[in-house]
Amino acid sequence: MGFLDVLLGRTKPVQPKLDDLFALPSAAITLQASTGFTPTGSGSVCFRSVEGKTFSDIESEVRDLLNMDAGKPDGGLPVEVTRDSYGYTWLVSSHLSDELDALVTDLHAVNSTLVDNGFGPQLLCTLVAFRDERERRLALVYLYKRGTFYPFAPLSGQNRDNALEIQIKNALADELKMEQDLTRWFPVWGAPGL
Amino acid sequence: MARTRYAPDRGLTTRMTVTMFLLGLVFVAFVAAIIGIMTAVHASGASIVLIALIFGGGSAIASLFYSDKIALAAAGAQLVEPKDAPELHAVVDRLCALADMDKPRVAIAPTRMPNAFATGRNSKNSVLCVTEGLWYHSGLTPEEKEGVLAHELSHVAHKDVQVMTYASLLAIVAGLLVRFAFYSELFGGGRRGGNNNQGGIPVVLIIMAVSVVVYAVSFLLIRLLSRYRELAADRSGALLTGQPSALASALTKVSQGMSSIPTQDLRAAEPLNAFYFAPAMKLTRGGNGGGPSLSQLFSTHPSLEKRIEQLAKIQRQLGEQTPGGLSAGPGK
Repeated sequence: MGFLDVLLGRTKPVQPKLDDLFALPSAAITLQASTGFTPTGSGSVCFRSVEGKTFSDIESEVRDLLNMDAGKPDGGLPVEVTRDSYGYTWLVSSHLSDELDALVTDLHAVNSTLVDNGFGPQLLCTLVAFRDERERRLALVYLYKRGTFYPFAPLSGQNRDNALEIQIKNALADELKMEQDLTRWFPVWGAPGL
Repeated sequence: MARTRYAPDRGLTTRMTVTMFLLGLVFVAFVAAIIGIMTAVHASGASIVLIALIFGGGSAIASLFYSDKIALAAAGAQLVEPKDAPELHAVVDRLCALADMDKPRVAIAPTRMPNAFATGRNSKNSVLCVTEGLWYHSGLTPEEKEGVLAHELSHVAHKDVQVMTYASLLAIVAGLLVRFAFYSELFGGGRRGGNNNQGGIPVVLIIMAVSVVVYAVSFLLIRLLSRYRELAADRSGALLTGQPSALASALTKVSQGMSSIPTQDLRAAEPLNAFYFAPAMKLTRGGNGGGPSLSQLFSTHPSLEKRIEQLAKIQRQLGEQTPGGLSAGPGK
């Protein structure tokens, strides 16, 4: 925020950064090679709904857009829409585990529809799920406003595997823009698609 | 650049600019008057002015630096970790990620009165505090609570504590001058009588008169500025969550809750009034409705009607079919 914005008490809603998301598929290969985590094929976009019909129309437009390809090869399953207890909407897109490119394309379609309609600032994060052979869960969370990724490894209850998260961060440091400020690694307990 | 629905409120910006300009004008006039008095008469009052400046400035800067600790202590609030209040932290986490801002520390105050405040000189040192009454007992829906938190986070983003401290600096110095001049006249008047008689009226009296005027004018301007900052925070908060109606209904509920609270709590909350979500202290309305009453002139918060009216405007703005063709470029 600039000096003038502070003086006048105004915040400009922050526009999302979308491009870094496309680095995910190649990063997933690195991740598998160095840590054994493979994508589950599901991922989700989380955004804050705006009240009113305009926004809900756009929401259903996005859903229809993603469902057009459902059933076709590479198309994946129909999207799942969930509303979490904090009032955020999650669109979950499920593909086969080797279709990460298609998944990222899906996620990007959601982003660009919202941005094109002027609701870009409502995007919170996107999440891509991974598993290793010991069935440990891991998500790479992309923060739209910062254009950075961070790992989230939930354990049972509300605990996180911090050691694993640090390990993942270091493994991907050359591939993805990882979030350096650890206070921004907020937990997404019970996130759909994880 | 993508289109945006988030148009700046030019009216509010203009009003705030004018208020701040007037505050600056009063400041310059005050300094000029003091210098004028000093040079016209021998500097018998110089020490008073100097002491007032040091005391006033010092206490303002100190309160700025310790604002978080002072406010927490005054409210009897405790910082809470994510483990202690997971939901509160989760809401704040998400809002901060949406707004791309540093997460403030989070505290809960053991007060039944539903309210919240944010304080601290910058985003790294700020604290967001909610009362138990708001978080556990208020009956607000999660969306409404989120709206309250978004409003408080906007105060942090706007650096309101800093802005208001600097704005109050002048009033603090002027207020001290009145007091000092009064006492020095009371106790030192006879001794200095010989010096002052050359100028006709004693210098301290002139300084006192000027200070009283400056104090009164800047006090009103500060209150006006505070009301504009509240509107600005409402606005940014509503745009952040995309739920202006939730914030409006939270405002209504909290304001109604306020009026049914025993007075002892109200008195305890008084020093923090300017930073609260809704004012805990209510002055009785002058006049029976209609027209700006005297109480509104002195109030730190805009009236409920005004706040709700603004939120309704934002609601219309967000619901427009086509975003009004405004570019998202930083249009300063």
